[in-house]
Amino acid sequence: MRSLSRRPSPFRLLLVHVLVTSLFLVLACRLWQVQILDGDRYAGAAAAEHVRRITLPAVRGRIVDDRGRPLVRNRTAMTVTVDRAALGRLPDDGRAVLERLARVLGRPRAELSGRLRICGPETGRPCWAGSPYEPIPVAEGVAERTALQIVERPEDFPGVAAVPQPVREYPQGGLAAHLLGYLAPDDTPGRGAGGTSLVGRDGLEASYEADLSGRAGSREIVVDSTGQVLRTLREQRPQAGATLVTSIDAKVQAVVEKALERAVERARGRGAPADSAAAVVLDVRTGRVVAMAGHPSYDPDVWTGGIAQDDYERLTGAGHGSPLVPRAIQGQWPPASTWKVVSTAAAVADGHDFHGRYDCSGSYRIGDRSFRNFGGVAHGTMDLHRALVVSCDTIFYRFAHEMWREDERSGRPAEPVQRMARAFGFGAPTGVDLPGEAAGRVPDRAWKRSWWERTRERTCADARTGYPETARTDPARAAYLKAIAAENCTHGHVWTAGDTANLSIGQGDVLVTPLQLARAYAALANGGTLYSPRVGKALVDADGRVVRTITPPATGRLPVSGRTLSAIREALADVPRSGTAAAAFAGFPFDELPVAGKTGTAEAYGEKDTSWFASFAPADEPRFAVVVVVSEGGSGGEAAAPAAREIWSGIYGLEGRRAALPGGRLSARLPDLTREAR
Amino acid sequence: MTTLSPGRRPLRLRGPVGGRPPFGRPGRPAFGRRPRLDWALCAAAVALCLLGAVLVWSATRPRLVAAGEDPQAYLKRQIANVVVGLALMTALALSGHGALRAWTAPLYALSCLGLVAVLTPLGMTVNGSQSWLGLGGLRVQPSEFAKLALVLGLAAVLGDPPDGGRRPRGPQVLLALGLAAVPLGLVMLQPDLGTFTILAVTAGCMLVVAGVRWRWIALLALAGAAAAAAAWWLELLRPHQVQRLLTFTDPAADPQGAGYNAAQALVTVGSGGLFGRGLFQGDQTGGRFVPEQHTDFVFTVAGEELGFAGTMLILLLLWIVLRRGLRVAGRAASPYGTLAAAGIVCWLAVQTFVNVGMVVGLAPVVGVPLPFVSYGGSSVAVCLAAVGVLAAIHRQDAHRL
Repeated sequence: MRSLSRRPSPFRLLLVHVLVTSLFLVLACRLWQVQILDGDRYAGAAAAEHVRRITLPAVRGRIVDDRGRPLVRNRTAMTVTVDRAALGRLPDDGRAVLERLARVLGRPRAELSGRLRICGPETGRPCWAGSPYEPIPVAEGVAERTALQIVERPEDFPGVAAVPQPVREYPQGGLAAHLLGYLAPDDTPGRGAGGTSLVGRDGLEASYEADLSGRAGSREIVVDSTGQVLRTLREQRPQAGATLVTSIDAKVQAVVEKALERAVERARGRGAPADSAAAVVLDVRTGRVVAMAGHPSYDPDVWTGGIAQDDYERLTGAGHGSPLVPRAIQGQWPPASTWKVVSTAAAVADGHDFHGRYDCSGSYRIGDRSFRNFGGVAHGTMDLHRALVVSCDTIFYRFAHEMWREDERSGRPAEPVQRMARAFGFGAPTGVDLPGEAAGRVPDRAWKRSWWERTRERTCADARTGYPETARTDPARAAYLKAIAAENCTHGHVWTAGDTANLSIGQGDVLVTPLQLARAYAALANGGTLYSPRVGKALVDADGRVVRTITPPATGRLPVSGRTLSAIREALADVPRSGTAAAAFAGFPFDELPVAGKTGTAEAYGEKDTSWFASFAPADEPRFAVVVVVSEGGSGGEAAAPAAREIWSGIYGLEGRRAALPGGRLSARLPDLTREAR
Repeated sequence: MTTLSPGRRPLRLRGPVGGRPPFGRPGRPAFGRRPRLDWALCAAAVALCLLGAVLVWSATRPRLVAAGEDPQAYLKRQIANVVVGLALMTALALSGHGALRAWTAPLYALSCLGLVAVLTPLGMTVNGSQSWLGLGGLRVQPSEFAKLALVLGLAAVLGDPPDGGRRPRGPQVLLALGLAAVPLGLVMLQPDLGTFTILAVTAGCMLVVAGVRWRWIALLALAGAAAAAAAWWLELLRPHQVQRLLTFTDPAADPQGAGYNAAQALVTVGSGGLFGRGLFQGDQTGGRFVPEQHTDFVFTVAGEELGFAGTMLILLLLWIVLRRGLRVAGRAASPYGTLAAAGIVCWLAVQTFVNVGMVVGLAPVVGVPLPFVSYGGSSVAVCLAAVGVLAAIHRQDAHRL
C-alpha cells in the first residue's frame, strides 16, 4: 500500500495523455488543411518556383529578291548575357564582375549596368523589359575571341554567358534599305518577352512581320534554387519565319540607287541643293515594284544589336537629311508637267480633240493675272501631241479656264481635272505593301475651303503684322508674302480660275509621291489598268513550300479610251527624241529601246525647281515604268531625265553597260530557295 | 494498482525472431519469468530512424550530386548514427533502475559540462547558435544529451520523496528547479530557443506529473511568463531570434529574409498533396529550395515526396512511441519510472510539435530536430537512448509484477 500511495496521481498522467493527443491532433488537422485542402494552391506555388518558361525565339525569315538573292538574312553573333540573380548573390552585388566584363568588352561599365536595369515607369533607357530571371543581353555581336575569354573563365564571370544569337545581316550592304525597313525591340505593352523580341518597325520587315517572325516556341524547365536546370518538362519547337520573295531585282535596285546618287551629285555640282531624290521602277504589266529607292539612305547594319544614340540622331535628324524617310512613298512634290497626261486625258474627255489645233501662246490671261508659258516662249498652233512634246502650258491654261468657267456656271462643279486625277490614283495612298505611305493631294474647292478655315487665323494675323523677321533681311519678299497673306485672309476659300490653271500643269497645291506617279504612268503604259503596287511576291516557308503568293490587285481602270491612251503614249515617245528630254537623251539608242517619258519642273517660290522624269519603255510595248524625282535639283530635263536614262541603260544593258535584266525579262517563276544557305 | 489501459495487451512481434523468443511468448503475458522487451515501441522507433535515413538521403542527394560527391554520403553517416543509437538503446534497455540512477548524476554533470564547453572556444557556431562541440572528427550537440539528463535527474529528485509522502516537498521542488535551471540557463546562453522551450516544458510537465501542488505550479508559470517578458523587454534575445519570432506572427512580411525558411517549408509540404510526388521525385527537394532540409526541415521531404500519407505515417509512428511510453509510465513500478517515462514522453511530444509546427506554420522557426528522423548523431542517439530508458523501465516493471 505504501508503494501504491506514493505512485504519482493517475489524473496527472492523464493530463500528459491529453496533451500528447491534442498536440498530435492539431498537427494532423493542420497537415490535412495544408496538404489536402490547400494542396493545389501550394503545388502551384511550388511550380512557380521551380518551373521556368523559356521562350525559344523563331529564326526570322529572310527577304530575297526576284532571283532569290538575299537582301536580308540571319547571321550568328555572340551575345553576352548576364544573370541578375547570380550577380545579386555576390557580396558586392556583382560590381567587380561588371567591372571586369566592361574591361573585356571594351565598353563603359555604366552602359552594362544600364542595360541590366529592369524597366519601370521611372527608369531611363536603356533598360530591360523582360523577365528579371532571364539572362539579360548586355552586348551583341561580340567577337568570338572576346566571347571565349569570358566563357573560359567562369570563376571570374559568374552569371555571365556568351550565347550565339541570330542577328540580321545585309549581304548587299545598304541596298534597298528603305524597302527592307528595320527591327527594333518590341515595347508593345502586354507582350511578355519585352526586350528580347525584335519586331519589324518599318518597310517590309514591318509589313510582313507576322509572316517573317515565325512562331516562337517555348520550353518549360525545372530549375533548382540556384537557377541550374535540372530537366526539361515539355518543349514546343519554334517555327521559323517564312522567306519573303520580293519582286525587287537587286541588280536593277543597284542601278537605280547609283543613278540617284549620281543625279544628286551632278545637281549639286551645278549648285542646286538637291536635298533629296527618289526613283521607282514598276513592272507595268503586273504592278509589281522592281526597284524603289530614296536618297539619302543609310546602312541598315546600324540597327543590328541595338542602335547607338548618336547613330539614331544622325538617322532622324533633319540636319542630316532625314535618311530614314523613304522618299519614294513618303516624299511629296507638285508633279509639274508630268501631270499633263492627266490634264490631256481630262481635256479629251471634256470634248477636246487630241489632234485639234490649239494656240500655244507665250502667255494666257486669266482676269488680271497673266499665266506665262514655261520660259515665256510662244510655240504657235499645235495639236496635243506636240503640246506634250514641247510641254506647252498655255494650251492647258485655256482648257482649265474653260472648265473652271463651266463649273462656275453650272453651280455643281464637275471638277474634271480632279476627277481624272483621282482616276489616275492621285490623292490617295496606292496601297503598296509598305507602311507609312503618303496620300499626296489633289486640291479642289472643298479642300481649299477647309484649308482656309484651318489656317485663316494665322493667315490673317500675318496679313496684319507682315513678316517682320523676313522684312529685316529681305523687304521685297516680306511685302510679297504679306500681300499673299492679305489676299488669302479674305479670299483664301475661293477656288479661282488661277487655281485650276495651276492644277492643270501640276503646280500649286497638288502633291504626288513618286510611287503614285509611277503607277499612273504604268496604267497609261499598260492600257489603263491601275494597280495597287506590291513589293512582296510570295512567302515561302522553311521547307520551300509556298505559303502565300502576293499579286498586286487591280484597283481601277483609267476612264480614258484606248485611242487616247495610245495617242498620249505616242506623244510621250517623242519627248526624249525631240522634246523637253531630248538633250538628256541625246545619242540614246532608241532603235534598241524606245523610251517614252515626260519631264516635269516643279516651281516653288524661294526654292530651286524640283526635277521630275516619268517614263515607260519600250514605248510600243511597255514593260517598265521609271519615275525619277530630284528635289530642288533643277529642271526635269536637267536632273531627273539623265538619271532615268541611266536607269533604262542599266536595265537593258545599253550604252556599253551590263544589262541588269537582259532583254528586260523578269523571271516568271519563283526562285529556288533551297540552294541558298540560310 | 491502476493502469491507464486496462485489458489491453502489449503489442508483440511474433514471427521474425524465429524459434528463439527470449522476451516473451505469444498469447500469454510473460509474468516475471523472462525480461520482456516492448516490441511495438522499439519497432516504431527503428522504423522512424530508417524512414528518416531515407528522407535524409533524398534531401542530401541533389546537393551531393551537384558537388560531385558520393550521393549516399549522408545516408551512410545517418545509418552509422542509427547503429550507434541502437547500441546505446540496447545497453540502456538491459540495465536496471539501479544502473540508471547510478548513471544519472554523471550524465547530468557531463551534459552540463558539455553545455559550458560549447560556450568556450571549443564550441562551434551554426546558424547563429553556439551549439556544437567538435571532438576530433565528431560533432556533438550537448544540448541533446541535456534533455535526457534533465529528465532522469528530475525523475530521481522528484520520484523519491524522502519522507515517503505522496507529493514532493518544498526542498525537493527547489532542488528540482535548481537542477533544471542550470541547463536552461546554459542553453539560453548559446542561445538555443528551441531546446530551451523543450527543456522548460518538459520540466514543467514532470512537476505536474510528480504531483506538485497546483498553486506552486501556477506560481512557477507566472514567474516563467514574467521572465520571458523581461527577456523580451530587456532585449536578451539575439536579433535573428527576434526576427524569427516576428516573422512567425506575420510570415508574409519578409518572404526573402527571415520568412524564407517558413514559406519554403510550407509550400514544399503543401505541394505534396495526398500521396506526394514519389520518393526522390520532389522538385522542391531536388531543387534545394528548403534550407536545412535534412536536419530541422526533414519533415518537408516527407511532405513533398510522400504526401499526406507519408506525413501521417511519421506522426503515427511517433504517436505509437509516445503511446507506449505513456503505457510504460502508467505501469511503472516506482514513481521514478513513471516520472522518467512521462518526462521522456513530454520531451518527445513537445519536440515533435515544435518541429512539425514550424514546418507547417504553427510555431516559429526555432531550429529543433524531428525526433528519430532528422539527420544528426546526437539527436538520433539520444532519442534511441530515451527509448532504451523506456524499455528498461518497462522491463523492470515486468520484473516487479
